[in-house]
Amino acid sequence: MEVFDIFLLEAILNGLLLGGLLALLSLGLNLIFGVIDVVWICYAELIMCGMYAVYYLHVQYHWPLLAAMAAAVVIVAVLGVILHQFVIRPVLGAEPINQLLVTGGVLFFLQAAATLAFGIEFRNLGVTLPSIRLGEMSFSAARLVAFCVALAGMLGMYLFLSRSYLGTAIRAISQDRAIMPLMGVSPARIFVLASALGGALAGLGACLLVLQYDVHPAIGLSFGPITFLICVMGGLGSMAGGFIAAFVFAQFISVGGFLFHLEWGYVLAFAFFIAMMFWRPQGILGRR
Amino acid sequence: MQMLSLTKVCAGYSGFQALFEVSVEVEAGEAVAVIGPNGAGKTTLLRVISKLIGATSGEIRMEGASLARVPAHEVVSRGIAHVPENRRLFPRLTVEENLRMGAFPRAARKRYGERLEFVYGLFPRLEERRGQPAGTLSGGEQQMCAIGRALMSGPKLLLLDEPSAGLAPVVVQAIFDLVRRICAQGYTVLIVEQNIRQVLKVVGRAYLLEAGRIRLAGNSREFLDSQEIRKTYLGL
Ligand SMILES: Nc1ncnc2c1ncn2[C@@H]1O[C@H](COP(=O)(O)OP(=O)(O)O)[C@@H](O)[C@H]1O
Ligand SMILES: [Mg+2]
Repeated sequence: MEVFDIFLLEAILNGLLLGGLLALLSLGLNLIFGVIDVVWICYAELIMCGMYAVYYLHVQYHWPLLAAMAAAVVIVAVLGVILHQFVIRPVLGAEPINQLLVTGGVLFFLQAAATLAFGIEFRNLGVTLPSIRLGEMSFSAARLVAFCVALAGMLGMYLFLSRSYLGTAIRAISQDRAIMPLMGVSPARIFVLASALGGALAGLGACLLVLQYDVHPAIGLSFGPITFLICVMGGLGSMAGGFIAAFVFAQFISVGGFLFHLEWGYVLAFAFFIAMMFWRPQGILGRR
Repeated sequence: MQMLSLTKVCAGYSGFQALFEVSVEVEAGEAVAVIGPNGAGKTTLLRVISKLIGATSGEIRMEGASLARVPAHEVVSRGIAHVPENRRLFPRLTVEENLRMGAFPRAARKRYGERLEFVYGLFPRLEERRGQPAGTLSGGEQQMCAIGRALMSGPKLLLLDEPSAGLAPVVVQAIFDLVRRICAQGYTVLIVEQNIRQVLKVVGRAYLLEAGRIRLAGNSREFLDSQEIRKTYLGL
């Protein structure tokens, strides 16, 4: 094979790895929207909090990395519940635009609070995973780990949603909230559960991102918008749609970046997003 | 033994009263109908029993115990299953997932397997379509699925809100046969219907609800013989 093809293949495979991570990030946001009908605009800032949690527990308090990561998942899950109880619940009956604005407010609040608490420095876990060579191609082990964990997380979520009573209730509530009490389900409790799960997914995403990127108060801005656009492109609330969209988006970024220039990947991906909004405004698997 | 009793229950929607001092009693093992014109408050009556809306005054008792302090999502654990107006299946869940939702209460989960078998025995059509999204079923099948979902909780009292509404005449017949079979199984049934002639053949007693008030109560024979019912509701 020509060298050119090998590197194209490498770009495609890297896109696949990135796609798995983006799919995990979009899953939590889609879950929340599907169940509660509210978009957590501040979702990536929850991830930022999780990244700081891993950093501080591991680097400052010398916890073993895996323990720090497990704690971060729990911490962000609790943050999700707090966000729901104190910010979302009071505006559940409000206009969608107000719900959007209030979670947007939380975005900037968390960013400002993180700046205050942690400063603007970029912080690094100091863990470097080797890169793995496969013939002439090389892949970062961190990405490979992120991909595998993300897939495992999504598989776990899929099994939970499709097999368990609570998971079925989570899917049912988005289809008919009003009759849930007739099934013996308290919608308020399902909302709390979904918020905890959404938070836990954000926490898991944080663990995977902190292996690859430095954390700083504004890091949410570098993948929050992408996560949101992926959800919209897949069809807001459609977890399967988000999954597909994440891989499509990642290929644009990775292959586009390889064929032209790194920044071009993003330009192409967002142009594709805009085109999709004309062609299929409800998203790939969206209803309405 | 008394299964359900409502004593002078008032209820409504913000600023609008739909039920005025309604008293209804259902004995264990009985099938009772509530009939009345559109907008009389029949659906509201069932909603207030399953606590989807609160009563503003009056008392509701299930097997002698007041439901006043029972939250809506625990009513089903007291033995009351409500098949709502227009069936209200979860359209994108499969038939079997809809049935699983009916078995959500903890006590019902333990007996999921045996009740699923019972429901599929009652409705073989549902078993054939178990993996299909409920939204793709025909109207009659959807009604069966809605009733099956309610039976999955193992209720003592079944509340049925116009199960024959919107169905083709042949299917209506099938649904009433089914209600008769369910009554014969020993379930206590409180059924709301507009199809008065048919429902009076199935139940032993009935109430006439008009404009939120009970106008008439009696056994089916008395209803069929009543001048008022014959003129206004049976067109005789
Ligand atoms: N969700 C609601 N909000 C406000 N009013 C309602 C609502 N549902 C029903 N009503 C009113 O309550 C009255 C009784 O309605 P309903 O119980 O549905 O009657 P029925 O089932 O006998 O046709 C009607 O006047 C109806 O307009
Ligand atoms: Mg009605």
